[in-house]
Amino acid sequence: MNKIRLAMLLFVASEAVFFILLIVAYVVYHATSPSAADASRYLDVPRTAVFTACLISSSFTMWLAGIHFRTGRRRPALAWLLATMALGTVFLAGQGSEYIFLISKDVIISRDLFGTTFYTLTGFHGLHVFIGLIMLGTLFGLELKRGVTGPPEAVESVSIYWHFVDAVWMIIFPVVYLWVLR
Amino acid sequence: MNSEINTSKKPASILGVREYKSLLSWLSSVDHKQLGIMYITTSLMFFLAGVSMAMVMRTQLIKPNHHWLSPETYNQVFTMHGTTMVFLAIMPMLTGFMVYFTPLMIGARDVSFPRMNALSYWLYLMGGILIYFSFFTGDTLHAGWSAYAPLTSVNYSMNKYLVGTGVDYWIVGLLLTGAGTIMAAINILVTVADLRPPDMKLTRIPLFVWMSSINAVLMLLALPALNAALVMLFMDRHLNALFFNPAAGGNPLLWEHSFWFFGHPEVYILILPGFGIVSEVIPVFSRKPIFGYAFMAAATVAIGFLSFGVWAHHMFATGMNFTVYYVFALSTVLIAVPTGIKIFNWIATMWGGSISFDTAMLFCIAFIIQFTIGGLSGVVFATVPVDWALTHSYFVVAHFHYTLLGGTLFTVMAGFYYWYPKITGRMLSEKLGKIQFWLMVFGFNGTFFILHFAGLAGMPRRVFTYPDLPHLATINLISSLFAYVLGLGILIFFANLVISLFKGKPAEDNPWGGWTLEWATSSPPPPHNFDRIPPVRSIRPLWDLEQSEKQPGAVAPPSQKGESA
Repeated sequence: MNKIRLAMLLFVASEAVFFILLIVAYVVYHATSPSAADASRYLDVPRTAVFTACLISSSFTMWLAGIHFRTGRRRPALAWLLATMALGTVFLAGQGSEYIFLISKDVIISRDLFGTTFYTLTGFHGLHVFIGLIMLGTLFGLELKRGVTGPPEAVESVSIYWHFVDAVWMIIFPVVYLWVLR
Repeated sequence: MNSEINTSKKPASILGVREYKSLLSWLSSVDHKQLGIMYITTSLMFFLAGVSMAMVMRTQLIKPNHHWLSPETYNQVFTMHGTTMVFLAIMPMLTGFMVYFTPLMIGARDVSFPRMNALSYWLYLMGGILIYFSFFTGDTLHAGWSAYAPLTSVNYSMNKYLVGTGVDYWIVGLLLTGAGTIMAAINILVTVADLRPPDMKLTRIPLFVWMSSINAVLMLLALPALNAALVMLFMDRHLNALFFNPAAGGNPLLWEHSFWFFGHPEVYILILPGFGIVSEVIPVFSRKPIFGYAFMAAATVAIGFLSFGVWAHHMFATGMNFTVYYVFALSTVLIAVPTGIKIFNWIATMWGGSISFDTAMLFCIAFIIQFTIGGLSGVVFATVPVDWALTHSYFVVAHFHYTLLGGTLFTVMAGFYYWYPKITGRMLSEKLGKIQFWLMVFGFNGTFFILHFAGLAGMPRRVFTYPDLPHLATINLISSLFAYVLGLGILIFFANLVISLFKGKPAEDNPWGGWTLEWATSSPPPPHNFDRIPPVRSIRPLWDLEQSEKQPGAVAPPSQKGESA
């Protein structure tokens, strides 16, 4: 296996353990804390589902970008990369507006265990999306400047990271949003 | 025998290597050998600090009702002793050996990501400095190296000046060193996967490399658990999160579970490369191939797996469901099996060999005995009621010092005496080495064996002094006096390192008659490592080379045995 891809896979494995612990913390406190039911009333599930769809489709566009990079078609590759970044940005914007709404309802990190675990888990996921956007942006900038012959491993490893960030969200979304006590 | 391999002119010692002469070449280095040396040197400095704190503790405990140190100071000293030894001394020292020798042993030019390697080192150094910087705030962490909640919460972590930043320095410092460790782990794994020459099959890599790789897997998957716990703690302290706040429904046990989910693999991270060193040294000094190569590798994999399933045995006293007790007691007993396999394989390797008792070998033999004692007292803790009675007592202190000091540190010493000639081009003094060895054996066993009895007598750990109850004064006096002997042994080690660098006997390329590839290049190795890599047809390529020189035309050297054993 290519060394850059292998390194990224190992890194992703390490990150997975990090997220597993945060998810476990969320699940344990959600199951035991009485405040969880109250606070989770404020979560807008359909709205977040739309942003979730954005993030999932960004994995698809990233995959398309990778295919075009591999076959050396620069323009569609850059276009799909741009689409991926746009979808990621939309997701982050959605998360930001969600935070603003929750804070306006006084659902803050120190309010109760729901606030604590919710912001920590989704916050660190958001941070990872943000880092992914930086990586994609770097890739985009490099390709724009250098042309078609960029290193295919770089695209592939960024792509692995991006799919991982998506996969984490596909666990967070059901755990946090679909498991709401009402 | 390696004259044909090393055609380039070789400097007398590492001080004479042209490429390594300027300070800038070290500060900007991406060479795995320089970084390995920097790892080891830095960790030795932290080790010295950790040893000093141990001496301070034993001095404080030399008599009952001793008020030389205040309780606050004593808490900080034992906390920093543990933090230093685990995170800043032993782990990076082993990482240093891994970084230095993994590429050499598999016949590679460098690690896969040399610049990331440098970043790992500098993150470690900066993190260590940050943790030590908290001494200047007058308040380091004082909750023990395991930093149990709620002792780390804002309310409990203040000192008498109402300063409580020690925990924060500790958190940030450990996050930095942790990031460095994860990078180092990725680097080692990718190097072993990617940079082996075609004939260096996985069944032929030296056992040190096998164990370093498994160790890297543990680092990769255990450190993020610590990072997650640290992040939660940081959120609690600075953003008023409630993870570990019982008043708001939070649970301090979440810290314990997260910490020990990291912490138990961590104790194997602290020993596996040591196992690797022993598996290299014992065959060479017994003049026999390692007994059960495949079993050694497989036992390491088994330890790696099991180490993630035993963490709750650190928490038996917290009260659990009986099913949970059974599961973790069983897994704790189970993990002793692969470790036992290794012990027997090392003994079987020595059996019938022509053993030469050089210092490196002496340390390995003492290691086997001491580690077995430490391992057995560990199995004792798998019995839950015994654990209830003895947890948090000096029995625990004695147990883990038998594994980490009598175990890991002795393997590291063996590693130093075995590889110092390769790294520096000078031999360590065997005379000083033997003095050091005996001082350490007597000092170590004198200090810690008797502490088992202090624990059985009910003396709790992590308390700054103790009442004058029967036997406690005698036990502690003996322990403290032997601790000074141990300290003297360690000082002689440091003296030996420095003196031998300048005055040591020049080392041949292969002074011990080793069989692995690091001995196929000059001592010290040139910056490019190898002029030519000998063919690898078994786990002992240099032995094969020697045989083929003796009997030209011999195609399959007899060492096939070692490969299939």
